[in-house]
Amino acid sequence: MTDMLNQEVVATVNVTIDGVELQVPKGTLAIRAAELIGVEIPRFCDHPLLEPVAACRACLIEVEGMPKPQPACAQVVSDGMTIHTQQSSAVARDAQEGVLEFLLLNHPLDCPVCDKGGECPLQNQAMSAGRSESRFEGEKRIFEKPIPISAQILLDRERCVSCARCTRFSEQIAGDPMIELLERGANQQVGIASDEPFNSYFSGNTIQICPVGALTSADYRFRSRPFDLVSTPTACEHCASGCSLRTDSRRGEVTRRLAWEDPQVNEDWNCDKGRFAFRYQAQDRITTPLVREDGTLRPASWPEAIDVAARGLQAAGSATGVLTGGRLSVEDAYGYAKFARGVLGTDHIDFRSRANSEEEAQFLRACVAGTPLTVSYAALESAPFVLLVAFEPEDESPIVYLRLRKAGTRVVSIATRGTKGLAKMGGSLLAVVPGREAQALRDLPADIRQALSQPGAVILVGERIAASVGGPTAVASLAAATGAALAWIPRRAGERGALDAGALSGLLPGGRPLTDARARSEVAAAWGVDADSLPSTPASDVLDAASRRSLKALLVAGVDPADMPAPFVTDAALERAAFIVSLDHHYSEITEFADVVLPVALVTEKSGTFIDWEGRPRPFAQVFKDSLAMSDASVLGMLARAMGATAGAWDGPGIRREITALGTWSGQSAEVPAVEPEVGPTDGFRLASWRELLDAGVMQEGEPHLAATARPVVAVVSSSALSALGSPASVTVTGPLGSVQLPVEAGEVLDNVIFVPMNAPGCSIYTDLGARIGAAVDVTAGGVA
Amino acid sequence: MTLTPVITEHWDAPDLYTLDGYQRFGGYRALRNALTMDPDAIITTIKDSGLRGRGGAGFPTGLKWSFVPQNDGKPHYLVVNADESEPGACKDIPIMMANPHALVEGVIISSFAIRASHAFIYIRGEVPNALRKVASAVAEARRAGFIGKNILGSGFDLEVVVHAGAGAYICGEETALLDSLEGFRGQPRLKPPFPAVAGLYASPTVINNVETICNIPYILDRGVDWFRQFGTEKSPGFKVWAVSGHVNRPGIYEAPLGITMRELLDYAGGVRNGGEVKFWLPGGSSVPMLTPDHLDIPMTYEEMAAAGTMLGTGTPMIFDTTVSVVKAVTRWLEFYKHESCGKCTPCREGTYWITGMLETFEHGHGAESDLEVLVSACNQIAGRSFCALGDAAATPFPAALKYFRDEFMAATQTPVDEQFDPVASYVFAGAVAR
Repeated sequence: MTDMLNQEVVATVNVTIDGVELQVPKGTLAIRAAELIGVEIPRFCDHPLLEPVAACRACLIEVEGMPKPQPACAQVVSDGMTIHTQQSSAVARDAQEGVLEFLLLNHPLDCPVCDKGGECPLQNQAMSAGRSESRFEGEKRIFEKPIPISAQILLDRERCVSCARCTRFSEQIAGDPMIELLERGANQQVGIASDEPFNSYFSGNTIQICPVGALTSADYRFRSRPFDLVSTPTACEHCASGCSLRTDSRRGEVTRRLAWEDPQVNEDWNCDKGRFAFRYQAQDRITTPLVREDGTLRPASWPEAIDVAARGLQAAGSATGVLTGGRLSVEDAYGYAKFARGVLGTDHIDFRSRANSEEEAQFLRACVAGTPLTVSYAALESAPFVLLVAFEPEDESPIVYLRLRKAGTRVVSIATRGTKGLAKMGGSLLAVVPGREAQALRDLPADIRQALSQPGAVILVGERIAASVGGPTAVASLAAATGAALAWIPRRAGERGALDAGALSGLLPGGRPLTDARARSEVAAAWGVDADSLPSTPASDVLDAASRRSLKALLVAGVDPADMPAPFVTDAALERAAFIVSLDHHYSEITEFADVVLPVALVTEKSGTFIDWEGRPRPFAQVFKDSLAMSDASVLGMLARAMGATAGAWDGPGIRREITALGTWSGQSAEVPAVEPEVGPTDGFRLASWRELLDAGVMQEGEPHLAATARPVVAVVSSSALSALGSPASVTVTGPLGSVQLPVEAGEVLDNVIFVPMNAPGCSIYTDLGARIGAAVDVTAGGVA
Repeated sequence: MTLTPVITEHWDAPDLYTLDGYQRFGGYRALRNALTMDPDAIITTIKDSGLRGRGGAGFPTGLKWSFVPQNDGKPHYLVVNADESEPGACKDIPIMMANPHALVEGVIISSFAIRASHAFIYIRGEVPNALRKVASAVAEARRAGFIGKNILGSGFDLEVVVHAGAGAYICGEETALLDSLEGFRGQPRLKPPFPAVAGLYASPTVINNVETICNIPYILDRGVDWFRQFGTEKSPGFKVWAVSGHVNRPGIYEAPLGITMRELLDYAGGVRNGGEVKFWLPGGSSVPMLTPDHLDIPMTYEEMAAAGTMLGTGTPMIFDTTVSVVKAVTRWLEFYKHESCGKCTPCREGTYWITGMLETFEHGHGAESDLEVLVSACNQIAGRSFCALGDAAATPFPAALKYFRDEFMAATQTPVDEQFDPVASYVFAGAVAR
């Protein structure tokens, strides 16, 4: 319905609840309407994001004119309806008390040893809405407890109240109906198919929405009581989806993480990586600064380490390269961007510790950096059409997957492999040879081009487009030609923030082109430095071989060389750099080669902000308030001062003020790239690959239960290619560096394409094969000859 | 009141179950006629007849048909509920065994009336003999051109699928039946939407009982006036009464609605061994029990309701004085506990609790105070469960307590098997060696 100004008008109805008259939108459920007047009706099966099922009957209310009590969770209020909840109806109160008594009959009441005790809806509602004493004197039914339904999720069937939240979540939200209610009557129970564990990427959400302690995680079971935990609102550091989280800690240790409600972003959900992968934080921490002496690293004091680092960096000056990785908060990335330009006087800076290209950098400068929040989750939900390019949402940004699936948006994916994730979104595949996305984008079928011309259509491009020569160019020109909105979805949580902070050559904070004099003077003013001291010529790709040889020092933050396509960065390349300063919280290959190692704070030890793929700030608070660890930016500030520079603020709040004051660039943005697609034969097998959500990533270390729910490590070829290979059970894939042998199955790839997980346990395309996406690899049936 | 065999009229003919046998007695005449009629006229005829559903609820059949939206562009479905599983109910299965073509003819006419081109007969899986009879009748009807494309040149197409359930009482609940038919676990669906709007495969669906559908050809063939001469204004027509229990001649008696239990008892040869009725149920275990005081009440939907019970499936069960009412109620509750689907709390947990308490009475361990708890527990189920299964489970005990409180009191002291010799209550009691 729209009014005369063509604004959407919400139709409303008038309803009386417990004598209070109120107006609610048409279609409102009685349970929600009652919430509006502060009446909480007991509920178990009800969940605002799941379809009503009215199974638990805890929310029975009296509706005038209806002979029987009605479930408030399924009762749509109609105009003129008069409702009596437990507040004003003896019938409703009696019905609710009766249901609570029933629910406790077979419940083991093992609250003192139950993870949920203290935050349990059954416990709470039995106290608030139940009778004080049970009249049940019989024997409770017994089940073996707990039973694992996956390596991570444990099921206690005795505690289950059959609300079906978990099964409905898995079917309706995740699209993974791997759990279902089985058996009848009091024997009804949640179960899985034999030998098919509940290995959904979203399985942890079922623990959180379980209104009793029936679902627990192997990771958290018996670790703490909720009332002993200190909760902190945080944001997930794993991917660019930007989930709000609640981090619970006790005695200086994170005990668990929960999805925190954020209707604009992750709604009530998160993925299992975000929920469970935090044990890495506490492992192998660097506790003191380290300085290399006689070839080995030794502990050093902060003043000494800062002094050594400052002198080394000062000597290298603008011949220093800065690698920031993709995991920093926007504040820390901004610190590096400022340190590089304002202190070192270098533009050799890059946040992309992954396969990348100069064309991609141009694309990011022109089309992404500093752009306002236009393509949001809400925009995905309302989009008539979404084109995915080199992007696998379920693996690379799971909340994007959930949202596209929820909306039922029409999705077409230009990808090297069709996946179950795509099928679960109802999407269709436009299969391409890896690295040849550019040509596919140019030759797009007319109907897709047409669909992209509709108002609200969206192109979502992943970071893997960098592997396609001409790909970023083709995406930018397709968006321009069709008018479709364009969003770039990197994998890591810090990439978009680093881009906006200017941690990329040729780019200053807020999307300002380095080459623009006004941009430089704005930034110089904010930093309190002389505009002429800032570099004005963009550095060529910092990781380019030629420029690397010219560098005299490297300043590196949280970069794992294994993330780079080999042999792009090798040990030798690192050694060649004369002087290496590493800021990190964990030991890595980089710290092994560093001359100075400066320990920095984890996400739990500082506050900060990530920028999600939408461009939305995702602030996180400090979990461990008494931590002495310093953020990267604070350490850079110490270095700057030791080098005789100031350049504005180096603390979190100060940097946030600077960023806000600077704002985003309003002038001419950088030139879009213009690179022709790669042509020529694609003979042999071409390597398709991406990082699956759960793999051998360093931030998943220390959580074996999570790792055990990862997808099986398999190679995928087309069914005809599989036949041509003689239908083997496994194949050996060989690249320049070596071979891996792994099981093979037929899937939706082109005949000359083989998919291999990028970084699975025992199977890294960079370190094991030495091959990058699109490379020709040798594939033979069976084991290594 | 005299018997009025209609559906059962020719059950003694050895070949009634065949197409030839059925047609020899006028079968499929109604169909030929119906196909020349306006479907709406058939619906009106059934409305005018006042036929009420024979599955237990007694909903007016013609009214149910008229709820199906017409010209909605969606396929319509007719589903026959042949999942007869109610303890004590044994009428649909004999009908399907003896006169399956009456069902098939009724299905074709009903489908034509509601513009369904696909009909399903969902038969309880434990009765393969009935399943075979109906399947073979459908096959015969198809060969004769009564099912398939362009039936008898009318332009009406119909496919009929005979489907076997897998043995769950809940699948007799119409929406659970639809879920089961669609291949899901049989559990009742949230209403609205009602099946007439969004039933099978989310399309408008009519679900009727076997006996209801079998009435259709006879009503069309013989007319509304003929039908309404039987029964009462609110309960017109006749009924296939299946009398079971402690009577000399248990079996099927087809007689008008409004017949009394005393008359039916006479037809059934009276209580066995010249004994006396202790209690009886007019239609399945899900309706409250009655006593000998109620034998003269006309058995109609309205009179049974006035007596505090329901006509139900119209399959009276007679219990003589050898039976312990405590034990009978306990057996029924054990049935409901076993068959509760588990979806809703009151039914799932309530049947578990009540059954356990009743078992303590059966063993002589009940406490008087438990009687009030039992009543309260039943009240916590009735009207609050998801579907009628819970309501049914909450029915037997309160009625039994109303009439036989002393027996429950006695069961606080003495196990019922010591009060009532179980062997004496067996139908084959005389044959059991002591």
